[in-house]
Amino acid sequence: MRELVIISGKGGTGKTCLTAAFASLAENNVLCDADVDAANLHLLMNPKVRKRTDFMGGSIAEIRSADCSECGRCLELCKFAAISEEFVVDPISCEGCGVCVDLCPEQAIDFPVQKCGEWYISDTRHGAMVHAKLGIAEENSGKLVSLVRQQAKTLAEEKGNDLILTDGPPGIGCPVIASIGGASGLVIVVEPTVSGLHDMSRVADLAVHFKIPGLICVNKYDLNTEMTMEIEAFAEKRNMRVVGRVPFDPLFTRAMIQGKNILEYQGNSDTADRVREVWDAIMQSPSMNLMGLKDFSTVIK
Amino acid sequence: MIISVASGKGGTGKTTVATNMASALGRGVRLLDCDVEEPNAHLFLNPVLGQAEEVTTFIPEIDDELCTGCKKCAEICRFRALAVVAGKVLVFPELCHSCGGCMEVCEEGAVLDGNRILGTVESGSAGNVLFSHGRLRVGEAMSPPLIEKVRSINENNGITIIDAPPGTSCPVIAAIKGADFVLMVTEPTPFGLHDLKLGVEAVKTLGIPCGLVINRSDIGDDGVREYAAKEDIPVLLEIPFDRKIAEAYSVGKLIIEVRPEWADKFRDLYNRIEILARC
Repeated sequence: MRELVIISGKGGTGKTCLTAAFASLAENNVLCDADVDAANLHLLMNPKVRKRTDFMGGSIAEIRSADCSECGRCLELCKFAAISEEFVVDPISCEGCGVCVDLCPEQAIDFPVQKCGEWYISDTRHGAMVHAKLGIAEENSGKLVSLVRQQAKTLAEEKGNDLILTDGPPGIGCPVIASIGGASGLVIVVEPTVSGLHDMSRVADLAVHFKIPGLICVNKYDLNTEMTMEIEAFAEKRNMRVVGRVPFDPLFTRAMIQGKNILEYQGNSDTADRVREVWDAIMQSPSMNLMGLKDFSTVIK
Repeated sequence: MIISVASGKGGTGKTTVATNMASALGRGVRLLDCDVEEPNAHLFLNPVLGQAEEVTTFIPEIDDELCTGCKKCAEICRFRALAVVAGKVLVFPELCHSCGGCMEVCEEGAVLDGNRILGTVESGSAGNVLFSHGRLRVGEAMSPPLIEKVRSINENNGITIIDAPPGTSCPVIAAIKGADFVLMVTEPTPFGLHDLKLGVEAVKTLGIPCGLVINRSDIGDDGVREYAAKEDIPVLLEIPFDRKIAEAYSVGKLIIEVRPEWADKFRDLYNRIEILARC
């Protein structure tokens, strides 16, 4: 079982548009959207939800005013300033540590488990897909990401699929850490800008911790070819293979408006050919052809 | 006046709007880059920064001499950051949420005040603009406490512009909570619209007025404008796609450097926000 995770560091570099196109090209795969905070892959895949499950995240403190003696102990204990002078818990600030619940002298604080989102197993025209929706302003995104990836793996095992294609979140924090651990390879989609390079270098630093091979795809490369070359040189230095360049092309947006990927929208375009070449380069890379061995010579440095 | 620039979707132009508005307004403006996972504003403003200040958070450190192995600390910890194995407490620093429960329940005083580095905060100035940003330590999962630290650097009474991270979960809340106005930046595409709706929901839970900037406004479709009209969200500025702007962005230049006529538009954007925030 191989899992390819598409990430970027910086948001809006084209992760989802490329993942959707790869879904057309991949064979015998399961799709996974690990961007649970602002998921977009479903907008291109039109999934038919087969199974919907509540995601129960952490608990939140709730003070029963009838039993509260207003002693102020909880206010003293709360490190997150989540309790007001009137002894009401702000659910957005509450971290769910339960310290007030355990130490309230009157035992006047409940700690109900919260529904923090939903996750889905769906069918799409390019195979099964596991995706999720985190509730607005919720915590525990890392937990939901881990859950979605685990479910995609289970599903792939059941169906005998040998590849999971995972669309990752932007950034380098909790949901990204949860997205990349244990992956076979990362495709880092970069745009040729100072921010793109800066953010990619931070996400590469993160990937070093996990000893994962990294592949680089420069998207919108023609917006600045000099910067593209700088990024490719940087990639080389960090032992990341460059799998290709994709030009800036309004076709991506037009395809998106139709709910399609670029190959479905205009498969005979030059850009579509470039995307196919990138996919071939990914699938031919050593990191995706492990033959059951972990090849540490390919990991990001 | 605190304005948070947020978006839902990444890469829509938050940093572009925040840095151009800050620079166009100039004197008395403070820009706080709260996208601590991937801070970018400095790449466009080139601030002169002072020494980086390390930001840490509490984690327990166990004094094995005093510890009796009673397990109370592990029992209160909801994050499984403490475990007692063969009478000895093991700490998993990366799981700790710094609630202090372990320290509170330890009767032996064996839980000491240790710390974990979250990242750094740097401050300085870029011309007239006062500048601060946070940089999350690579490998650190929790960004909200660092974001709060960056936001605490706000002693001026003037205009504070916050560059928020993408998404709608806890880091975004940390960057927009307590703001007077949230400026949402989107692009007029199905992805932009979908994530804008999530972003607006997050802003609504906090009860903060918001307005919209539509970036690359001539690509895509009308979904965003229709949504804004229906929800009564004012569109305060539209920035058409301009290859010259995109190329300038790629090398770290502001719009107002390559298209000086935009300085007035960004000042006007601020004026409109000020009126809306005061209603």
